[in-house]
Amino acid sequence: MSSSVIELRGVGKRFGEVCAVEDASLAIARGEIFGLIGHNGAGKTTLFRLMLGLAPPTAGTIEIQGKRVDGAAFREVRRQIGYLPENVVLWDNLTGLETLRFFAGLKGADRAQCDELLDRVGLRAAAQRKVHGYSKGMRQRLGLAQALLGRPALLFLDEPTAGLDPQSRREFYVLLAELRGRGVTMMLTSHVLAEMQERVDRLAIMRNGRIAAVGTLAGLRDGIDLRLRADIRVRPGAAPTVQSALAAAGFPPAEPQDGAVRIVCLRREKMALLGALAPLMADLEDVQLREPSLEDIFLGHAASEPPRVQP
Amino acid sequence: MRRPARISPRQIVLVAAKELRERIRDFWVLAVALVFAAFALLIAYFGAAQQGAIGFRGIEVTIASLTSLVIYLIPVIVLLLGYDAVAGERERGSLDLLLSLPLTRFELLLGKFLGLAAALAVSTLAGFGLAGAAIAHQADAAALYHYARFVLSALAMGMAFLSMAVMVSVMAADRARASGAAIALWFFFVLVFDLGLLGVLVFTGGRVGGDVLPYLLLANPADVFRILNVFGMEGVKTLYGLATVVPPALADPWVLGAAMLAWIVAPLAIATWRFK
Repeated sequence: MSSSVIELRGVGKRFGEVCAVEDASLAIARGEIFGLIGHNGAGKTTLFRLMLGLAPPTAGTIEIQGKRVDGAAFREVRRQIGYLPENVVLWDNLTGLETLRFFAGLKGADRAQCDELLDRVGLRAAAQRKVHGYSKGMRQRLGLAQALLGRPALLFLDEPTAGLDPQSRREFYVLLAELRGRGVTMMLTSHVLAEMQERVDRLAIMRNGRIAAVGTLAGLRDGIDLRLRADIRVRPGAAPTVQSALAAAGFPPAEPQDGAVRIVCLRREKMALLGALAPLMADLEDVQLREPSLEDIFLGHAASEPPRVQP
Repeated sequence: MRRPARISPRQIVLVAAKELRERIRDFWVLAVALVFAAFALLIAYFGAAQQGAIGFRGIEVTIASLTSLVIYLIPVIVLLLGYDAVAGERERGSLDLLLSLPLTRFELLLGKFLGLAAALAVSTLAGFGLAGAAIAHQADAAALYHYARFVLSALAMGMAFLSMAVMVSVMAADRARASGAAIALWFFFVLVFDLGLLGVLVFTGGRVGGDVLPYLLLANPADVFRILNVFGMEGVKTLYGLATVVPPALADPWVLGAAMLAWIVAPLAIATWRFK
C-alpha cells in the first residue's frame, strides 16, 4: 500500500481543445507541506479542483487517503479535508458565526469549534456581524476558519494570504507551523514566492498545464543553471586589487559601487569564487552570497524547458 | 463501476435552512408577503370599483381578478428568486467550496430548491393568508375553500417556475445569462404562449389542431393554474369564457394537479442531470 496521502498518476484535463492539465504525476506524503507555483493560467487551480473531485480528470487517476476522488467512498474522506478557494465570496446576509456553523453542519464537525476557530483567526469580536460588513482580509480569515473545521488531516489552500495585511499574514504562518506540528498535510499555492520558499517541504512548478519540475528547494536549485550574486565589501582603496585578482580568476566584476565589488556567477562556480577570494582576506570587510530565490528558480524554469528534477 | 453516493436528508435540510435564512434576512420573504397581502386586499375590496361598488363583493370575483394578477406576478418574482441559485454560487466561488464538503450535487440542488420553495411558501401563505383572514368574516366555508385552493395552486405554480429558474441557473454559464434566460422564460410562458396558440386558431380558422390545442395548455404551468382556478367555480368560468374553449376532461383537478407536479419535477430532474 502506498504511503502517500495524495497520489496523482498521469492526470490530464481537457476542456474541448484546451489542455488545462497534462500528464501530472505527484505523490505527497503525510505531514508534508507542498507548494504549487506557476503563472496565472498554468493549471494550478484546475489541478486543485481535480484533486478535490470537483471536476473529473480526462486522463489518469487521483487518490486521496487511498480513495479515488471520483468514487462514492470519497465522501467520507471529504470530512478530513479543508479547502480554501482563491477569492471566495461567502454569503453577505449571514453572520460570521452562522457561516461557520453552516459549514460545520455540512462537514459533520462539532459546532463548539466555531467559537474557538473564530477566536483563532481573530474574528471573535465580529462573530455576530453580517459578512457583508467584513473587509477582504476578514473574509479571507473566515474562509480559513471554515477550512480548519473538523480538524482536517489535509488542507488545500489556494492563495491563502491574498488580501491579508502583514500582521494577519504573519499570524497565518504561525498557524501553518502549528498545523505542521500536528502532522497536517498541506498543499498550497501562492504568488508570494518569498513567503513560500521558507515554509514548504517540496514544491512543483507548473507551466502550460504540465508539472515542469518537482522537488525540494535545494533540489530545484541544483537542477537548473542559476546565477548567484556575491556582494564583496572591500577595505578603502583595495577595490582595484580585488578586481584584478578576481578578473585573473575568471570572474570579471562589475564596477565597484559604495565600496562593494559585485560578482554574478553560476552557482556551480561558487567554490571557485570563494577560492579566489581566500588570498584576499586582508582586503575584504564582508562577503555576502545571495543564493537564487524561489522566484529566480521559478523564472528560470518558466524561461526554458528544464530537466525534470526528482524528489 | 461507480456506486452512486447515498443521499443524506440532513445535508439537504442544512442547505435549505441556509437558503431560507438568507431570504428572510434580505427581506425578500417580508417584501413579497406584503405585496401579496396588499394586492389581495385591494382586489378584494376595490375590485368592483369600476362598477361603482366598493367593498368585498364575493370570492369568485376576487379570485378571478387575483388569478389574472398572480399569473403575471408570481412567475417573475420566482424566476428572479431562483435564477442565481447555482450560477451565483459558481460566480462567487462558493460552489467549489460547497462541493468540496461531504455534500453531493443532488443534495445541494435539492436543498437550494427546497429552501427557496420554503421562502416562497412562507411569503405566499403569509401574504394571501393575511388577506384571507381579513375577508374570512364575510365569506362562507365554500368561499374560503376556493380561496385556499387558489393560494395553494398559486404556490404550486410558483414552484413550477422556481424549478425552471433552478434549471436555468444550472445551465447558464454566468448570472447575466441566467437572468436573461429567466426573463425570456417569463416572456414566453406568460405573454407569448397563449397568444401563439390563439394565433394558430385564428389564422387557420380552427382547422389546424383545433382539438389538440386546448390540451397544449397543459404545456404551460401558468395556464394549468388558470384552468385550475377558473374551472373550480361556475361564476368565474363564465367570466373567463373558457368553458367554450377547454374540454371538460381538462378540468379534472387530478389531471391539472399531475400536470403541475410534472412541471415542478421535470425541470428539476433536467437540472440534476445537467449539474452532474
